[in-house]
Amino acid sequence: MDILGTLGGLVQDSGFAGFFAGGGWKNLIMIAVACVLLYLGIHKKFEPLLLVGIAFGALLTNIPGGGLYHMEMWDAYIYNAPYDAANQIVLYNVEEDRVMTDEEYINALLASAGHSEAGAMSMQESVMVALELMEEGVLKEPEILEKVTFTDIAHHGGLLDVLYIGVKAGIYPCLIFIGIGAMTDFGPLIARPSSLLLGAAAQLGVFLAFFVAILLGFSGPEAGSIGIIGGADGPTAILTTSLLAPHLLGPIAIAAYSYMALIPMIQKPLMRALTTEKERKVKMEQARAVSKTEKIVFPIVVAVFVILLIPSTAPLIGCLMFGNLLKETGVTDRLSDTAQNALMNIVTLFLGISVGATTVASRFLSLETIKIVVLGVIAFMCSTIGGLLIGKLMYKLSGGKINPLIGSAGVSAVPMAARVSQDVGREADPNNFLLMHAMGPNVAGVIGSAIAAGFLIKVLG
Amino acid sequence: MKMPITDAAVTAVLGYAVVFFGLVLLMCVILLMGKVMASKSKAPAVVGAAPAPAPAGKADLPAAPGSAGEVKLFDVPDKEAAMVMAIVADKMGKPLNELRFKSIKEVK
Repeated sequence: MDILGTLGGLVQDSGFAGFFAGGGWKNLIMIAVACVLLYLGIHKKFEPLLLVGIAFGALLTNIPGGGLYHMEMWDAYIYNAPYDAANQIVLYNVEEDRVMTDEEYINALLASAGHSEAGAMSMQESVMVALELMEEGVLKEPEILEKVTFTDIAHHGGLLDVLYIGVKAGIYPCLIFIGIGAMTDFGPLIARPSSLLLGAAAQLGVFLAFFVAILLGFSGPEAGSIGIIGGADGPTAILTTSLLAPHLLGPIAIAAYSYMALIPMIQKPLMRALTTEKERKVKMEQARAVSKTEKIVFPIVVAVFVILLIPSTAPLIGCLMFGNLLKETGVTDRLSDTAQNALMNIVTLFLGISVGATTVASRFLSLETIKIVVLGVIAFMCSTIGGLLIGKLMYKLSGGKINPLIGSAGVSAVPMAARVSQDVGREADPNNFLLMHAMGPNVAGVIGSAIAAGFLIKVLG
Repeated sequence: MKMPITDAAVTAVLGYAVVFFGLVLLMCVILLMGKVMASKSKAPAVVGAAPAPAPAGKADLPAAPGSAGEVKLFDVPDKEAAMVMAIVADKMGKPLNELRFKSIKEVK
């Protein structure tokens, strides 16, 4: 037995060797980034339920040789292009938006084996070299899939590829919406329907960020996915991005959840700057009574009405309202409990780790990611400003009866944004209780961001 | 594929308008629904209220023993009140002496 050869093979095949091959150093940086995200999630408690999963997914996907997630295979799925499953090569020329020629494929094959002269040889020479490399075991016998399907992904993919099918098929965000619906009390919104105006106003950041992203050179679908960060709704952002620009899913999900955790820091200065002391002290009147029947009819009416209006919102609004109906009927307590707890936890677990898996170093470490992070915070700030401005308008029109601080809660981030309204209101007057009043715009924001997402998917998809 | 800036501006404005339009229509639907419901039933359920004041007629009820003279008990024996307070403290994971109970009332 060739002991040295075996040991040499083991070292060469190890993940450690991967750090020194090609762009392996980028994986090291991504592992460090994942550790920072873990620190933020665990120690700073930034949306830990999702951020810890995302960070650990990022950690796993960037360990060379792990084979848990295959970005190339998903590219082949997205471009509907042929894929060499054995050597993990997408036969697609992204720059020219077409399937690769045979020559380009052979060159890509040689380049994947680290052959430095790939492209400089004639086609015949390239084929000969490729065959030699196959005999040596450096390259594998090609296994070309004409078109990658979910079945192929389940067959050839790693664990995180299989879990990611739930994101790509739009299953996890919708299941999470069932849980959110089951946890949400729409009573404050039913009692004060004008809250919906604040929920609409707070989508300002979505469309402003979309426009700025176009100015910065992103494509329409990419800009739409970036803009939806301003909706402050993680599942909506993930669903929209997985449909419009799946290659940006990692940075967009991380930006969305990080900023949601930072909402108090982002919103409070804007709230203080845009409102006067007098406005912040406004004590709102008790909202009207809401009957049980109204609460039961509400999800049915909203689902039918909103889906008829914008059919592309069906997955999000349908699931949100289904979850809420389970909660309100009073006869499906077991299902409501499952949606709020077991289902929500299981899906959150899968969603976090599979979204984290998309943060592959070669794609994540780019100027685009920095632009997305900056645009994300702009989107959040503009959404807050939009809500506050309409809040101020309602303050004027109502003769000072509506506290404009509840406008900032129109960004969905439930219930964090409503809590921030409560906190800033109590800073001005310790006896001012805005929480329940802010919950109206807060849940309106969930519906508003789903409509905004539906619009973007319809127009840009 | 890059999107022309004018198209992007139109899409942004149109998108914002669609969100407003959709939610304003929804507001009208909810208002209408509320009116229909109100005309059929007048059973109140308070939403967004500050803590309700204690009933005037019962303000002078004796305080429960061992509760810093603050807990008002309405048709609840001392033993059951103690159990309720202990259970609440246990569920909240807080020591009993750090919690303040205002009143305990049996819902019939």
